[in-house]
Amino acid sequence: MAKARVKVPKKAKKGEIITIKTLIKHKMQRATKDKKTGKPIPRNIIHTFEAKFNGKPFLIGEWDTGVSANPYCAFTHRVNESGEYEFVWKDDAGQTYTAKAKIEVA
Amino acid sequence: MNEVRIKVIDRREFLVTSGAAIAALTALTSGALARETKDPTKLLQEITGGAAPTEGKVKLEMPEIAENGATVPVKVSVDSPMTDKDYCESVTLIATKNPSVYVCAFKFTPDSGKAWVSTRIRMAQTQEVWAVAKMSDGKFYIGKTTVKVTIGGCGG
Repeated sequence: MAKARVKVPKKAKKGEIITIKTLIKHKMQRATKDKKTGKPIPRNIIHTFEAKFNGKPFLIGEWDTGVSANPYCAFTHRVNESGEYEFVWKDDAGQTYTAKAKIEVA
Repeated sequence: MNEVRIKVIDRREFLVTSGAAIAALTALTSGALARETKDPTKLLQEITGGAAPTEGKVKLEMPEIAENGATVPVKVSVDSPMTDKDYCESVTLIATKNPSVYVCAFKFTPDSGKAWVSTRIRMAQTQEVWAVAKMSDGKFYIGKTTVKVTIGGCGG
């Protein structure tokens, strides 16, 4: 099971550019074969990552097998109003993982 | 009369939707093609549509020596004001000697504030890494760096 962790500052000034850090537990499994049985292991990676603020996406990641297991991703956002972040990860198995965080503009 | 008119609209709607579906499908397929290539130059050409990217504006920070290829930190930043009229649309990371050279791409918006991203990638061997930036004016920039990898991160 994947487990997501996000780090968002609680407060910001209007117009401030903040840094957001995200981490999710995921194998990022490449398509391969089992060494002993030779059975194919299907690819299961997080292929899409989306960062939204008040429902509007502002950063999208399109990942492939070259992204390390337990993907870490940090990025910035210009905050103009109070609101809620939503982070969405989607993998090949059809699973969607989400995390949310609120920010207040002083 | 009415019935005929309804039919016409339906057909037009059908054509519009099917047209959009075909366009979406074409975009998806071309993306998949670019991703599967093992040739970094070919991938670069598919990203830029054949245009040669200018060196500069893209800062690619990676360690000189990576002891563990399974997880190599990368920081990419693109020199851009990130306004509604002038911003960096996307950055694509290419590992030139990985089994799959396409690593990841990030799409930015002016709301991103900075065209900056920090992540960790897998590297199979010592190689050059490229970061290709697409700007909102349609220009492309590229940044390159070489990383020595002690233990490859893609081997089974």
